[in-house]
Amino acid sequence: MEENLIVCTGLQKRFGNAAALRKVDLTVGRGKIVGLLGPNGSGKTTLIKLLCGLLQPTAGEIRIDGQAPGPYTKSIVSYLPDRMYFADWMTANDLMDFFEDFYKDFRRQKAEAMCAALGLQMNQRIKTMSKGTKEKLQLILVMSREAQLYLLDEPIAGVDPAARDFILDTILGNYNENGTVVISTHLISDVEKVLDEVIFLKKGEVVRQDTVDHIRETEGKSVDALFREVFRTVPYGEYMPHPREWDCAAHAPEKLEPPARAENQEGGDAQ
Amino acid sequence: MEWKILDNRPIWAQLQEQLTLRIIAGTYPLGSRLPSVRELAAEAGVNPNTMQRALSSLEGSGLVAANRTAGRFVTEDRERLDAIRMEFARSRMEEYLAGMETLGFTRDEAKQLLMEEA
Repeated sequence: MEENLIVCTGLQKRFGNAAALRKVDLTVGRGKIVGLLGPNGSGKTTLIKLLCGLLQPTAGEIRIDGQAPGPYTKSIVSYLPDRMYFADWMTANDLMDFFEDFYKDFRRQKAEAMCAALGLQMNQRIKTMSKGTKEKLQLILVMSREAQLYLLDEPIAGVDPAARDFILDTILGNYNENGTVVISTHLISDVEKVLDEVIFLKKGEVVRQDTVDHIRETEGKSVDALFREVFRTVPYGEYMPHPREWDCAAHAPEKLEPPARAENQEGGDAQ
Repeated sequence: MEWKILDNRPIWAQLQEQLTLRIIAGTYPLGSRLPSVRELAAEAGVNPNTMQRALSSLEGSGLVAANRTAGRFVTEDRERLDAIRMEFARSRMEEYLAGMETLGFTRDEAKQLLMEEA
């Protein structure tokens, strides 16, 4: 058993001319819940797909428990994709059969108990389930494996706050203690409390990797507030804030210079 | 008592404070066994490692002692608890006085008002 569960060195992924990941060097240990944070298009899903072996890197290397992605790593990685990939005529029961056949670390009893707790009918077709129920069912399947690495791509996007709590509690209550959970999301304030560590991805590069409490200690603010600062973009418009009012001018985009404030004709200045 | 996590401070420090409050309030009585790290973490909806850090730090303050096999126990030292209770009380009073000061009351006026109210 390697000490570091994930090691990426000089990882790059291009789609034609577009660079999705520029140069990612990353080490993630065991027994942690890690947030993979970044705005849309920053490379979160690409990185996760590379880690599960669904994509091949353009350059660089990935090691999971010391091995390149392949049959071994797939047996220890439990992946929740960002969208439903099951045929919608299937029932919860069919899916359990599926998982039982595919993964020897799948604990069916556990999955069934979790469905029962949720009041989910085992013979209900996916087609007839609400979006939230589908998400919960998928998460139950993924978390019922005794995997070493759980890769959860946007597990709480698009569900209501109560469903988010259910999903986060399910993750907290069911991950394997020697295993690591990677959660990609941009809903930071919802997940911040459950994370040990965060990785900020910006335009295909890791701009920060730190523990949540270290960020709070050194910055005096939450990870959510820091994220808003690091990824702040200034919208174009007549009423753009004057540069003086930016509380984080250092993070403002270099190119887009806001015009000098227009003379205010209405008299009342928006402070 | 609800677990409340605010934005501006480390989570573990807030957990430690709230665990202390629960001990002072008698939610976890003197000499009793604390729930496990996992249970507490699940209840507060936080990462177990963060809860672990809060509990270790409580051990450092002497309010809680770990028994290798049986888990963590609240201290039976009432004097220690009373001392910590006074610390909390002082900091609450400071908060009150500071709050009144921003409203433009002097210390004496604040004291007077409190006496009338209580």
